[in-house]
Amino acid sequence: MRDPASIPDSELGRSEVKTTTCYMCACRCGIRVHLRDGEIRYIEGNPDHPLNKGVMCAKGASGIMKQYSPARLTVPLKRKDGAERGTSQFEPISWEEAFATLAERLGHLRATDPKKFALFTGRDQMQALTGLFAKQFGTPNYAAHGGFCSVNMAAGMIYTIGGSFWEFGGPDLERAKLFIMIGTAEDHHSNPMKMELGKFKRSGGRFIAVNPVRTGYAAIADEWVPIRPGTDGALLLALIHEIIELGLFDREFLIRYTNAAELVNQDSASDDHGLFVRDPDVPVRPDTFETPDKLWWDRHSDRPVISRSAGTDGRLMGVYTLDDGTPVKPSFQLLKERVKDYPPDWAEGITGIPADTIRRLAHEMGVTARDQTIELPIAWTDSWGVEHDKVTGNPVAFHAMRGLAAHSNGFHAIRALAILMTLLGTIDRPGGFRHKAPFPRPIPPCPKPPKGPQAIKAGEPLTGTPLGWPADPDDLSVDAQGEAIRLDKGFSWEFPLSVHGLMHNAITNAWKGDPYPIDTMLLFMANMAWNSSMNTSEVRKMLTDKDESGAYKIPFLVVCDAFQSETVAFADLVLPDTSYLERHDVMSILDRPISEFDGPVDSVRVPILPPLGDTKPFQEVVIELATRLKLPGFTNKDGSRKFRDYPDFIVNFETEPGSGIGFLSGWRGKAGEKFLVGEPNPNQWDMYARNNNHYHHELPRSYQYMRNWNKGYLDWAYRHRLVRYTDPIIPHIYSEVLQKFRLAGEGKWRGKQPPDRLRERVKTFFDPLPFYYAPLEWGKSDSSAFPLAALTQRPMAMYHSWDSQNAWLRQIHTSNVLFVHPKVGTVGNFGDGAWVWVESPWGKVRCQARFSEALEPGTVWTWNAVGKASGAWGLDPDANEARKGFLLNHLITEELPNMAGSIAISNSDPVTGQAAWYDLKVRVTACQPGEAEESWPQFDPMPPVPGQTIGFKSKVRAFMAGRKGK
Amino acid sequence: MRPAFSVLFLTTLIGTGQGLLIALVTAQFFFVIGSGPSGESGAFYALGSALALALLGLGLVASFFHLANPQRAWRSAAKWRTSWLSREVILIPAVCGLTLLYALDHWLGWTPVLMVFANGKALDLPMALGFAAAAAALVLFVCTGMIYACVKFIRQWSSSWTVINFLLMGLSSGFTLAAAYAGLMDSVLRDFLVADALAATLLAMATRLYQVRRNGHVRFRSSLKTAIGTHHPQIRQITQGFMGQSFNTIEFTAPGGAGTVRGLTVFFILAGFAVPAALLAASLGGTGGALLAVAVASQFAGLLAERWVFFAAGVHVQNLYYQAKA
Amino acid sequence: MSKVQLALVIDLNVCVGCHACVTSCKEWNTSGWAGPLTDQNPYGADPTGVFFNRVQTYECGTYPNTETIHFPKSCLHCEEPPCVPVCPTGASYKREEDGIVLVDYDKCIGCKYCSWSCPYGAREFDPVQGVMKKCTLCVDRITDTTLAEDRRKPACVLACPPAARIFGDINDPESEAAKAIRDYGGFQLMPEWGTNPANHYLPRRKISMTLHKDELVRADNPLKIEGELPRPSFNAPSIDDLSGW
Ligand SMILES: Nc1nc2c(c(=O)[nH]1)N[C@H]1C(S)=C(S)[C@@H](COP(=O)(O)OP(=O)(O)OC[C@H]3O[C@@H](n4cnc5c(=O)[nH]c(N)nc54)[C@H](O)[C@@H]3O)O[C@H]1N2
Ligand SMILES: Nc1nc2c(c(=O)[nH]1)N[C@H]1C(S)=C(S)[C@@H](COP(=O)(O)OP(=O)(O)OC[C@H]3O[C@@H](n4cnc5c(=O)[nH]c(N)nc54)[C@H](O)[C@@H]3O)O[C@H]1N2
Ligand code: SF4
Ligand code: SF4
Ligand code: SF4
Ligand code: SF4
Ligand code: SF4
Ligand SMILES: [Mo]
Repeated sequence: MRDPASIPDSELGRSEVKTTTCYMCACRCGIRVHLRDGEIRYIEGNPDHPLNKGVMCAKGASGIMKQYSPARLTVPLKRKDGAERGTSQFEPISWEEAFATLAERLGHLRATDPKKFALFTGRDQMQALTGLFAKQFGTPNYAAHGGFCSVNMAAGMIYTIGGSFWEFGGPDLERAKLFIMIGTAEDHHSNPMKMELGKFKRSGGRFIAVNPVRTGYAAIADEWVPIRPGTDGALLLALIHEIIELGLFDREFLIRYTNAAELVNQDSASDDHGLFVRDPDVPVRPDTFETPDKLWWDRHSDRPVISRSAGTDGRLMGVYTLDDGTPVKPSFQLLKERVKDYPPDWAEGITGIPADTIRRLAHEMGVTARDQTIELPIAWTDSWGVEHDKVTGNPVAFHAMRGLAAHSNGFHAIRALAILMTLLGTIDRPGGFRHKAPFPRPIPPCPKPPKGPQAIKAGEPLTGTPLGWPADPDDLSVDAQGEAIRLDKGFSWEFPLSVHGLMHNAITNAWKGDPYPIDTMLLFMANMAWNSSMNTSEVRKMLTDKDESGAYKIPFLVVCDAFQSETVAFADLVLPDTSYLERHDVMSILDRPISEFDGPVDSVRVPILPPLGDTKPFQEVVIELATRLKLPGFTNKDGSRKFRDYPDFIVNFETEPGSGIGFLSGWRGKAGEKFLVGEPNPNQWDMYARNNNHYHHELPRSYQYMRNWNKGYLDWAYRHRLVRYTDPIIPHIYSEVLQKFRLAGEGKWRGKQPPDRLRERVKTFFDPLPFYYAPLEWGKSDSSAFPLAALTQRPMAMYHSWDSQNAWLRQIHTSNVLFVHPKVGTVGNFGDGAWVWVESPWGKVRCQARFSEALEPGTVWTWNAVGKASGAWGLDPDANEARKGFLLNHLITEELPNMAGSIAISNSDPVTGQAAWYDLKVRVTACQPGEAEESWPQFDPMPPVPGQTIGFKSKVRAFMAGRKGK
Repeated sequence: MRPAFSVLFLTTLIGTGQGLLIALVTAQFFFVIGSGPSGESGAFYALGSALALALLGLGLVASFFHLANPQRAWRSAAKWRTSWLSREVILIPAVCGLTLLYALDHWLGWTPVLMVFANGKALDLPMALGFAAAAAALVLFVCTGMIYACVKFIRQWSSSWTVINFLLMGLSSGFTLAAAYAGLMDSVLRDFLVADALAATLLAMATRLYQVRRNGHVRFRSSLKTAIGTHHPQIRQITQGFMGQSFNTIEFTAPGGAGTVRGLTVFFILAGFAVPAALLAASLGGTGGALLAVAVASQFAGLLAERWVFFAAGVHVQNLYYQAKA
Repeated sequence: MSKVQLALVIDLNVCVGCHACVTSCKEWNTSGWAGPLTDQNPYGADPTGVFFNRVQTYECGTYPNTETIHFPKSCLHCEEPPCVPVCPTGASYKREEDGIVLVDYDKCIGCKYCSWSCPYGAREFDPVQGVMKKCTLCVDRITDTTLAEDRRKPACVLACPPAARIFGDINDPESEAAKAIRDYGGFQLMPEWGTNPANHYLPRRKISMTLHKDELVRADNPLKIEGELPRPSFNAPSIDDLSGW
C-alpha cells in the first residue's frame, strides 16, 4: 500500500480550492470546497471566515452528499394532464414553458386582483428579494418562515429592547460569567454557539440550561433546570419578583436608559389611561419616534420633571399625583405591582421548579451582575450628550429560542425575559446581550404593513411592505369592518403584531376561502405538505380538495424546491432549484446578515459547480418573472429588461434610484471605496469573493457597545442609512405600544377598533406588562385525558426535512422515536422500545417509545422532521424514515375551536400569530398485541419524478462519494 | 457473535477430517502394537484418509468463502509467531499434505520399515506418516481452538474448554465417521471404532455441556462504567450514534434471539451427541454401517448447530458500545 | 525520550454531541488515502455504512439528577493494541514513528479476526472492498507537509466546534494533549484490558456558585434609595417615648 505520506492529497488528480458560504443550514458558515478533477472532494470550514473560523458541523461536512442525492430535482415539471394533484405524476417541460405559464397566469392576476397571488417561502434567506417581488407585484400575501418559526422571539424582544436573539443579537459569552440558556436546541447560530460554549466553559463560566429536556447544549450545562413546557413566563416573572424584592436590579441603568422611571397615567377614566404622561410644552420633532416629552418623578425635588433632565433622579417606585390631579406611577412601580402576584412559590406550582431553586437562580443572576462588573476603557457619548470614559457591563448572559417562542404565551414570556435582562443591566453591554447590525432598531422598527384594502390595487405595487411593525392600531392591515385583508389574517385583530405573517395558516385559509379564495400559491423552499404545516394529514387533503364544479379549491400550486419533498407531489408546476454550491446568493444587510457584535457583516455565495441538469436558481427565476411581469424596479421605463441576471441585479439594484443602498453593503462606490451606501460597483462580487465571500465592517470600539443610546453609533448608523432616526432606543419595560391596542379594545382609541367578538381577546393579551397565562391549547383539551406535553427538538445533524436524502446524515437519524419518562411506560403498561399510540384531541400517530431520564417526566419529545412520507426524498418506499419514523405535526391543530364565540382561530400567540407548536398535549398508550410495528399514518408511496437519479446509479454515486484518488 | 457459515463448515469439516485421520491412525497403531482388532488393507486406510483429505479440502474451500480477499490468502501465513490464525493457516495444508502422503503410501503399499523396537514391533513408513499426520492434526485442533480461546474479549470463548471441545468434538465426529466407514466397508475395525467413537462422543458431550453451563455464568470484566469511564452506578446508552447498521452491529450479533440459541442448543445436544451416542451404542457388536451412517449425518447436523451456538453465544465486550438506537 | 504517540484527547466536558467529527471524518477519509468508506443501501431500509468515528449518547442517573453524556469514539490507537498481533497477514500494524495503528489494505485478506480482538468496537470492515478499515488518525493529513501547519490536524479535530478534540503527542509532556490529560484528569477506556489506549478522555467538570447571605443585603441596595428599606421617620416611636435615665 502506498505510504500515506508519499503523495499529498492535493496532488492526486487536478485539485482546486474554492470558497463560498455553506447553506446546509441558516447559520451560513464560510467554507472551503476542495475539488478533485472538478468534483467535490472535501468541504472544510474556512479558517478565515469570521463566523465559524474554520469549524464545521455535521450537516456542513455532508454537503457532498447533497450533490449526489437521488432526491435532486433536475428538470421543470408540470402535472400530467389528467393526473390527480398529489399523485406526483409529472412530465418534464422547458423553462420557457414554465416561465410562459407563470407569466401569463400571474400577469392576469396582477392586472385584476393581485392578492389572489400568494407567495410563501420557508426557511430561506432571501426575504429581501422575495419580499420586494411581492411588494412590486402588489400582493400583501407574502410571508416567510418567521410566523411558524420564532416570531415571538423577534417581536417580544424587539418591541422591548429594539433587538433580539435569533439572528439579531446574542449572548456575549466571551465576557459573561453566568450564562442561562432557555429553550434552545440548536439554533441559527449553530457553530458559533458551540465554539463560544466551549470557550466559555473552559474559562470557568457557569452555564445553566432551562429546558424540559437535557440533550445537546443542555448536556454540558453545569446545572440543568428542567421546566414544564409552556411555563417559562411564570419562571421569568418569579425571577423578576425576587430580583426586585431584594434590590438586585441595576437601578442606575434602569433610570438612565430605560422607561422604568417614566410616569404612566393611572386615571382609568382617561382616554390616555396607561399611556405615558407627557409635557405638552416640550417640542417634539416630527422625525422623532422616541419622544423626549415624558416625565419622571424627581427624587430630589419630589416633583415631576422631564425625564433625564440634568440634575434630577427619577424614582422607580411610588405612587404620585400630578399637579392636574392625574394619578401616575413609574412604569417600574407597575412592574413591581405586577410581579407581586408572581412569587417563586407560585411559580413552583406551575413550572415544577422548586421555589428555592428559583430564588437561588435569581440570587446568582443578581449577585453576579452586581458584583462581577466588567469595565472596559472605552470612551463613548450617550444620546443625551453625556460623555463616559468607560463601558461597563454586568456579566450575566441569556440565550433563548423556540422553547420560549413556540408557545401561545411566548410573546409575554419573552417580554419578561427581555425585562429581566434589562433589570440586570445587560443590554448591549459586555458580558450580557449584544446587538448585531442592523440592530438595534427603533421600537418598533419603521416598516409598516399595508393599512387597508386601499393598499392593494390592480397593476400596482403594494403600499407599505407586506410585512412590517405596527406601532399602534392604525397600522393594522384591516378593512373598514376591522377584518383581515391578508390571506393569513396577519396584522388583523386576531394577531395584531404578526410581524412575520402566519404562513402556517395560509393553506387552511386558502382552502376555506377565508378571508377570500386565492388563485395561485407559490411555495419556495417550504415543505408545507409535511413538516411546516400543523395538522399535516388534513392539510394534505386540503391541497387536493375540489369544489362542487370539480376545480381544486386552491386552483394553482407552484413549488420551487431542490429536492423531491413531500410538497412537490402536490405541485401543478415544479421549479427545480440549484443546490447552494451551484448559485449566487447574498446574505444581505437588507435581510438578516451574519453580523458580529462588533459591526455589520454580510456575505455571499458563489457557484462552485455548474447547475445540475436543467436546474435554475430561484433567484434567477424571480428576476426573470419580475422582468416578464414588468414589475417596477425590475424593468426600465420603456418596459425593457433592467437586469441581465441575478448577479447583475445584486450589483445594480438600488432601493430607490440613486439611493446608494443595495443588497450588499461592502465595496460600494464605483471602485469599491465605500460601504453601506454608495453607487453600484461592477466588481462587487469579485471583491466579496476575494475576501472570503464576506464584508465585515468593524465599528470603532466606542460604537460597539450601548448602541441603543450611543450617540456616536446612532449618528453613524443614521449617516449610513441603517436607521431613520438618531433617537435613543429606550427599552420598554412598560409597553405603551401594547397599551394602545388595549385602549382600542376598550373602545378608547380614536382610530381603528377591533370587531366586538375580538375586543376581549385584545384587551386580555395586549397587556403593557408581561403576565402569565397557560398556553391557549390547554384550555381546549382535557388535561386528565391528555396529560403530557409533547415537543420536538432539532437534531444537530439534520436540518428540518432537508437531510433525509443525505446518505450520511440519514444514517445518524434514520428514524425517530418518542422519548418518554419510564413512569409513562409504567402507567401505560408498556416497556422501553414498545410501539405506542400518541393521541391529542386533534389526531393520533403510532410510533416507538423509548425511555429516558433526561426529561421532565410530564414531557415527551422527538426529533423534528425525521419522519418522512413513503417514497419522498429519493428514498425507497420502505425506508425507515417512512416506516418507523413519524411526524408529530399530525397531532397539532392549526386552529383552536371556539376562540371568539364559536369561531376558530389559529393555534397561535394572540399577539404575534406565532405558531404554538409546543403547546401540544397528548396521551400515550400501548399498542395492542398484533398491531403492525410501523408508524401511522402511512401515505401512498410517492413515485419518483422525471429527472431524479434513482436506483443503482444513485447507489453507485453514494459509494463513490467525493472523488477517490489513490 | 454472528455465526458465519463458512466458518461453521470450515471448523466442522476439518474437525471431522482431522478426527477421521486420527481414528484411522489410531486403528492402525492398535493393530500394529497388536492390541487392536486384526489389520486392514492398505486400500482401507488409503480410502479412509482420502475421505479425511476430502473433508479437509472442503473445509479449506469453505474457509475461502470467509475471506473477503482470498486471492491474498497466502499472506496469512506471515504472522505465525503471534497469530493463532496464521498458525492454523500453516497447519491446515501441513495436515492435508501429511494425510495425502499417508493415503498415497497406503495405496501404493510401500511399507519400508523405519525402525524396529526392542519388543520386535516395527515402525513402517505408513505408520510413521500416520503419526506425523495425526500429530499435526492434533496441533491443528489446538490452533483452531486457540483462535477462539485467545479472544479474551469474548468470555464464552476465552477458556481452555474451547480447545478441549474443539478437540473432543472433532475426535467424536471423526471416530463416528470412521466407524461408519468401517461398517460400510465391513471392516474388522468396526467395533473398535464404534466403541472409541462412543467414548469420544460421550466425553465430548460432557465437556460441551459443561461449557454451556459455564457460559451461563461468565461475566464481563468490563462494564459501561469502564467503557465510558464514568463512575456512575446507573448508566444507560441512549444511542449508539447511528440507527442503520454497521459492521459493529452485524459482525458482533447473532441473528435470532436467545430463543434460537436455546432451541439450537437442545438440538445440538440431541443430534450432535445423544442420538449418535445411542446409535453407536446400538450398533456395538452389530454389522453393517447403515445405522452408523445415520449417526454420522445426525452428528454433522448437530455439530453445525453446535458451532452456530458457539458463535451466537459469544458475547463481545464491544457490544457494550452498541446497545441502543434512537 | 519516550516514543512519539499521537492521539486524540476528547473533552467530554464540552462535547455537545453534534456529530461534526463523524461526518467530517467520513468526508475526509472516504475520498482520501483510507477510503472509500462505503455505504450499502444508502437510500433504502436499514442503511449500513462505514464510519471511523461515532458519537454515542449515554444517560447517567435518574430524573432530575440526570447527566447526558455525548461520547465520541474512534480507534484509540492503543499502545498495546491487541488487534495487531492476531492479524495473520501483518496487514494490521502500529507505526514505529508515531504510534498510529493502521491497516495495509493491500495485505488485508478480510478475515475480520483483528476486529474480534478490539474491545472498543473501533474497527470497521468494508464489505465492498473486503478489507478492514478504521480511524487512521488522518495520517494522510497530519503528515502532509503541503498543508499549512495549523491545518495539519485530523479532519475531526479541525471540524469540532467547541474544540472538544485535542490532537497531539501524549508522550511529549509539553503538548497540549499531554497537558490536558495531566491537568484535567484524562482517563483511558477499559483500562482493565491492559491495552493502554493512546486516546484519552477528559471528564465532566462542574462550576458552581457559592452565595453568602450577606451578599443579598447591601449598603448600596437600590431599595434604600427608593425608600423601600425605609429609615424610620424622626417621629416614629422609639424607646425614648417611655424611658428616662
Ligand atoms: N441542526 C439544525 N439546526 C437548526 C435547525 C434544524 O432544523 N437543524 N433549524 C433552524 C431553525 S429554522 C430554527 S427556528 C432554529 C430553532 O432553534 P431552537 O429554538 O434551538 O430549536 P428547537 O428545536 O425548536 O428547540 C427548542 C428547545 O426548547 C425546548 N423547549 C420546548 N418547550 C419549552 C418550554 O416551554 N420551555 C423551555 N425552557 N424549553 C422548551 C426544547 O426541548 C428544545 O430544546 O434552529 C435552526 N437551526
Ligand atoms: N412539529 C414541528 N414542526 C415544525 C417545527 C418544530 O419545531 N416542530 N419547526 C418549524 C420551524 S421553526 C420552521 S423554520 C419550519 C421549517 O419548515 P420549512 O421551511 O417548510 O421546511 P424545511 O424542511 O426547512 O424545507 C423546506 C424545503 O426546502 C427545500 N430546500 C432545501 N434546499 C433548497 C434549495 O436550495 N432551494 C430550494 N428551492 N429548496 C430547497 C427542501 O427540500 C424542503 O422541501 O418548520 C416548522 N415546523
Ligand atoms: S452550521 Fe450550518 S452553515 Fe455552518 S457548517 Fe453547519 S450547516 Fe453549514
Ligand atoms: S481483517 Fe485484515 S487486518 Fe484484520 S486480521 Fe484479517 S488480515 Fe489482518
Ligand atoms: S482501539 Fe481497537 S483497533 Fe484501535 S488500536 Fe486499540 S484495539 Fe486496535
Ligand atoms: S482522526 Fe481522522 S480518521 Fe480518525 S476519527 Fe478523526 S477524522 Fe476520522
Ligand atoms: S465534533 Fe466535537 S462536539 Fe461535536 S460530537 Fe464531535 S467531539 Fe463532540
Ligand atoms: Mo425556524
